[in-house]
Amino acid sequence: MSETPPPRIVIVGAGPAGIRAAATLVEAGLHPVVVDEGHCAGGQIYRRPPAGFTRTPEQLYGSEAAKARALHSLFDRLAAEGRLTHCAASSVIAVHGGRLHVLGEGGVQVVLYDRLILATGASDRVAPVPGWQGAGVYSLGAAQIALKAQGVALGRRIVLIGSGPLLTLVGAQLIKAGADVAAVLDTSPWHQQMRGFWQLAARPFVTLRGLALRARLGGRYHAGVTLERVEADGKGVTAMRWRDAGGRLRFTPCDMIGMGWHLRAETHLADLVGCTFIYDEQWRQWLPRTDQMGRAGNGVYLAGDGARLLGADGAEVAGRLAAAACLADLGHPVPSGSADLRKLARLERFARGLACAFPWPAAMARALPDEAVVCRCENVTAGAVRQSVDFGGGEANRVKSLSRVGMGRCQGRYCQLAAVELVAAQAGCAANAVGRFRGQAPVRPAPVGAFLRDGGCNSGVHTRKTWITS
Amino acid sequence: MITAGRIVRLAERDRAQLHFFLDGERRSTLSGDTVLTAMLASGHALRKSEFGPEPRTGFCLMGACQDCWVWQDEGPRLRACSTLLSEGMRLRTMPPERWP
Repeated sequence: MSETPPPRIVIVGAGPAGIRAAATLVEAGLHPVVVDEGHCAGGQIYRRPPAGFTRTPEQLYGSEAAKARALHSLFDRLAAEGRLTHCAASSVIAVHGGRLHVLGEGGVQVVLYDRLILATGASDRVAPVPGWQGAGVYSLGAAQIALKAQGVALGRRIVLIGSGPLLTLVGAQLIKAGADVAAVLDTSPWHQQMRGFWQLAARPFVTLRGLALRARLGGRYHAGVTLERVEADGKGVTAMRWRDAGGRLRFTPCDMIGMGWHLRAETHLADLVGCTFIYDEQWRQWLPRTDQMGRAGNGVYLAGDGARLLGADGAEVAGRLAAAACLADLGHPVPSGSADLRKLARLERFARGLACAFPWPAAMARALPDEAVVCRCENVTAGAVRQSVDFGGGEANRVKSLSRVGMGRCQGRYCQLAAVELVAAQAGCAANAVGRFRGQAPVRPAPVGAFLRDGGCNSGVHTRKTWITS
Repeated sequence: MITAGRIVRLAERDRAQLHFFLDGERRSTLSGDTVLTAMLASGHALRKSEFGPEPRTGFCLMGACQDCWVWQDEGPRLRACSTLLSEGMRLRTMPPERWP
């Protein structure tokens, strides 16, 4: 036994899930490699500003400051002690046959693994609104990152649109920081929000905190709106045109719009590594299949919002569980995860409440006018998507080939879900019958020159030469 | 603090100044700014869309949408949201003239 080399475990992502997974493995005496796109660990939720910024975690993360501090200091300590290898500012762009292709500042290198934990997180789930390709339209996450990591607002007068907890949170954070927020427009009507209430009661304090934040928005907040169009001129956004719950046409001048309807799991790597996907009717997106612990099969484990949209607290629990599953499969003794599993079940109930209270605007996407842009990478219109269905049928990848929707630089991350609704409506089938865009490597753009250079794990002091090759 | 561009600085304003060039013109910004922040504090766009008339300003700020790739005078492009600005950078909202 003593001659067996230690297992090579790679974790992709250093948000709450990745950090907890790494710490669990280190506790068991293993040395994981953590590949992350951030300059320092924390993920998007606990993202840290660059050196030289002075706001405290309390100012940056509010009620979640203690969690952020704990995760940051845990990860930094393990990295400083050389108990894990941190490849910062590095993207996994491809995975095949136990080999990860990692793009860092120096180039591309190959990292070998025996077990892989994917903690790739999520990004905003956005739906097209006519005119959204205009300059000054951002995701809600972008507005929050700009504030947290740079201390800026992305416009002088801001309108936020969409639905979900982030809509309220970003609005309240921007107002508190002194930004001019003109309106916060929620497409979910009050009666829909009440429907999720009993499940939301699974986390009463979180729900109350949300309601308190909502109160801070005051008269800026409108529920049950219809979003008509983003008005823009040659320079960018000039106004949001919308209808209130009573159907009255409203016009709010602004130069920045932040949009988002909760989250979309980042699943490209799970796809490339061969995970099975199931269409989740409530989240209205395809999610990779795992067991309760996060096992996806073939030595792959998934944790965090990239697998189940439970938020940061759920990600920490899922990270621990995925690492425990990995350890158990390697024959290590692991403590019972039953307390964590119970916690996860409660968080799942709450998340289902959120999904119900703040739903994806499927009807809005299906009703997009023909001239509206669906894919903002290449300005593919709703009309072009519908035409390709008439020509080639209602299958996602056929539509992608014919119309180029999902083929642009974001690789479908921001258009796929709306495109699927359009295709389903045009083909007269259910959204899950349309299928999903196949993931393609590289999952991030990689300059050709990057393949000609020796990659070098950026903070490669502790690089294990035996399994990180170029 | 309202800037010359679309960005409003709400916090962290006491940072050292850095200089860079935007389409050949010398601009100043703050140390710790990303390329995106620096460009949008000086102007209203990062680049022109290849597929439509509208200028682009980035979208997700977390490296997922790839909307914010900009050019440098010396050729290589960079992702503005995830690259920190460094002193003397020469950035462009349009491809260099000799771009293929």
